[in-house]
Amino acid sequence: MAGVRQPLEQSVLTTPRGQTYIIPQRCKGCRFCIDFCPKDVLEESTDINSKGYHYPVVSAGKEDACVQCTFCTLVCPEFAIYTEEIEPETL
Amino acid sequence: MCPREIVVNEHKLDPILRSDRLPHIWCPGCGLGPAMACFANAIQESGIPVDEHVCVSGIGCTGRVAGYLNVDSFHTTHGRAIPFATGLKLSNPDLHVTVFSGDGDLFAIGGNHMLHAARRNVDLTVICVNNFNYGMTGGQLGPTTPYAAKTTTTPYGNPDGPLNIPHLAAALGAVFVARWTVLHVRQLQKAIAFALQKKGFTFVEVLSPCPIGFGRPNDLGDGLEEMSFYRRQSVVDDQAPLDSLEIDMSKDSTLVLGNFVDRERPVYQPMGTEPPAHRDRSVIYQPADPEVKAREAL
Repeated sequence: MAGVRQPLEQSVLTTPRGQTYIIPQRCKGCRFCIDFCPKDVLEESTDINSKGYHYPVVSAGKEDACVQCTFCTLVCPEFAIYTEEIEPETL
Repeated sequence: MCPREIVVNEHKLDPILRSDRLPHIWCPGCGLGPAMACFANAIQESGIPVDEHVCVSGIGCTGRVAGYLNVDSFHTTHGRAIPFATGLKLSNPDLHVTVFSGDGDLFAIGGNHMLHAARRNVDLTVICVNNFNYGMTGGQLGPTTPYAAKTTTTPYGNPDGPLNIPHLAAALGAVFVARWTVLHVRQLQKAIAFALQKKGFTFVEVLSPCPIGFGRPNDLGDGLEEMSFYRRQSVVDDQAPLDSLEIDMSKDSTLVLGNFVDRERPVYQPMGTEPPAHRDRSVIYQPADPEVKAREAL
């Protein structure tokens, strides 16, 4: 497109992708991961865990939105959520 | 399209935690979990073998950290974490000793130990989680409770001013002084990793919500609301004058964060003894480069 500038290394730049892993039994429902996720990937589950808390789940339609910033991993007080980088090609 | 969340039973930090003790005793919305996660990540990132790390805690909610980390740890008597840690460090100088304790433990009953360890510049890292009250015993007034704040022992408001912890640590002679909140997890992790490798008395203050003990009587809401307060009101200023770092916690007050002090002083060494021959650690503090890691894995 005329007039639109592109970064020179555009072809080699990739956006990291993450896969979310959740340990529902550890969650105490503080919502830190849900509210502070920069991509709004997470939402509260409709189910509850054995302690009665709604744990985080990936929202419908946000399956590919995680960019592996690992903020949820760091901010979760219960060690109940983490992400692993996945290859963009496999998507 | 990748699957949605995958349900698992193990966390990737579990090797460095005593995961059989999880879930921990801390309340929903407490900031101690993120602070401990940052410390665990900093231990992993430091490249120092886990066997050479020691975590020493005093009494209180924060004192529980020593019991949840899968490193050699010591849950000491109230306020005496620093003397125990000093003894450990002097008897085995190869250890990396970290004191992880609360504001009441380190600055009220343990205030004198803090004073003299910092003055001597003993080679310790002190992480002080400041939740503005005594949380475990029921939300009583502590030395860091802000002026006019309500606690169970000051129901009409606190008549005292709070301790300005970074200013105090710097005045006592700490060689590295930082303050972050548990929302600033990356900066906090970096500050702890830096403090672990720096020789001398390094000090990191961590502001943390205590939704039950402090948040509720002071209209700060639950943990999530206090974290949002940190996000709204925090200002990062490494050059801030140390005497301006007092914390107010009123609705429109600002929280000044940063790595305030980084200087060199002679490290404590008993007379007539040689400093330990430290192993060459110059390579291990490089930031982890994913490309290099991938190449090494091949």
